Amino acid sequence: MIPGAFEYHRPASLAEALGLLADLGDEARVLAGGHSLIPMMKLRMALPEHLVDLQGLTELKGVREEGGDLVIGAMTTQREIIESEVLARHCPILRETAEMIADPQVRYCGTIGGNLANGDPGNDMPAVMQALDARFRLEGPAGPREVAARDFYEAAFFTARAEEEILTAVAFPRPAAGQGWAYVKQKRKVGDYATAAAAVLLTLEGGRCSAAAIGLTNLGDTPLFAEAAGAALVGSALEPAAVEAAVEAAKAILQPASDGRGPPEFRRHVAGVVLRRAIETARSRAA
Amino acid sequence: MAKMHVKLTVNGRALEALAEPRTLLIHFLREELGLTGPHIGCDTSHCGACTVDLDGKSVKSCTLFVAQANGAAVTTIEGIAQPDGSLHALQDAFREHHGLQCGFCTPGMITRAWRLLQENPDPSEAEIRQGISGNLCRCTGYQNIVKSIRAAADQLNAPREAAE
Repeated sequence: MIPGAFEYHRPASLAEALGLLADLGDEARVLAGGHSLIPMMKLRMALPEHLVDLQGLTELKGVREEGGDLVIGAMTTQREIIESEVLARHCPILRETAEMIADPQVRYCGTIGGNLANGDPGNDMPAVMQALDARFRLEGPAGPREVAARDFYEAAFFTARAEEEILTAVAFPRPAAGQGWAYVKQKRKVGDYATAAAAVLLTLEGGRCSAAAIGLTNLGDTPLFAEAAGAALVGSALEPAAVEAAVEAAKAILQPASDGRGPPEFRRHVAGVVLRRAIETARSRAA
Repeated sequence: MAKMHVKLTVNGRALEALAEPRTLLIHFLREELGLTGPHIGCDTSHCGACTVDLDGKSVKSCTLFVAQANGAAVTTIEGIAQPDGSLHALQDAFREHHGLQCGFCTPGMITRAWRLLQENPDPSEAEIRQGISGNLCRCTGYQNIVKSIRAAADQLNAPREAAE
């Protein structure tokens, strides 16, 4: 399959990339790892006239600590997330999630920024970032701004990012030591998007849940921050009745599509299964 | 659309060419350079038959523009044998252990395993299966592929262990 013709740009700095986007307008698309955009271009469902490849922007790479925050540059690859010692120590749910994205070859190319900015409800990182209460850093002609992950997603492939903006990094408070965590993803095969997936972060104090955040993947038009489901766990000892209350609260906000992964009823059912497993796993990891 | 000037190092040889930016790396390798070892299987980044090594990473060359590879070093299955033409341990092991039947996936499998063994010289069976999970084989059921990669690891590790 041969994509449509385009002009290729490889800016050396963020300022240059932003200038290109401002000049070229909506004829231009930003290229990160390319593993969502290039397949769409090969199908001619995307026909950008200009590609602005961000691979030269070293300022968008890497994981760092900033005060109480962990910050991941947008061009950091899934592979680099898996290998990051800082994340392994402070936020292991990201490694668990990245290992379930696509396959090894794709993870060498695919970036956290692409996964978050693309707006595909099948992408895994957005729900995790919603659970982490992350903020997305955007740069555009009007300067930098931050948008909460929980407010970023408007509909499938529609986000709060403006055409001329670039997602440069994601930042989130460093999780406290002892926080329980799990990302459980049901998929048909290696490389598939989730039939249903759940991210759970929770804190236990004296055997009781004092905080919980739940994000859900591919169960609606957007990633879903299941606020009521998390609230149903808080104050409980994660006994079966509390877990079932969380599952019911989560199911109430699902709007799963019908596709090759199954009809909505099935995906609702799988959502309950992965959420129960994620809560149990997070509980077993909490200190 | 205007062609662009690209510079690549392919299997150790520096080269320059004119190419349309939209040219996929797999087409450039096969059609411009005549390197037909990497195959086009699914053409949708699932099957891994087009796997090549790009600056130390295994990539699916059907989902990468030659423009993105400008300035990079690429290794294909053609670059994996020793300079004197003798086979790499992986190639030997795939032959010895029947790591292939039709052979279509084999260049991608070996090229991927080549990078895997550089990153993890002593992988467990589970790590091998995980490591080649982006490469599909429709003949073998993977059993002999895994066996071949493990055998190659032993072969490559033998001189090091002997030295220790």
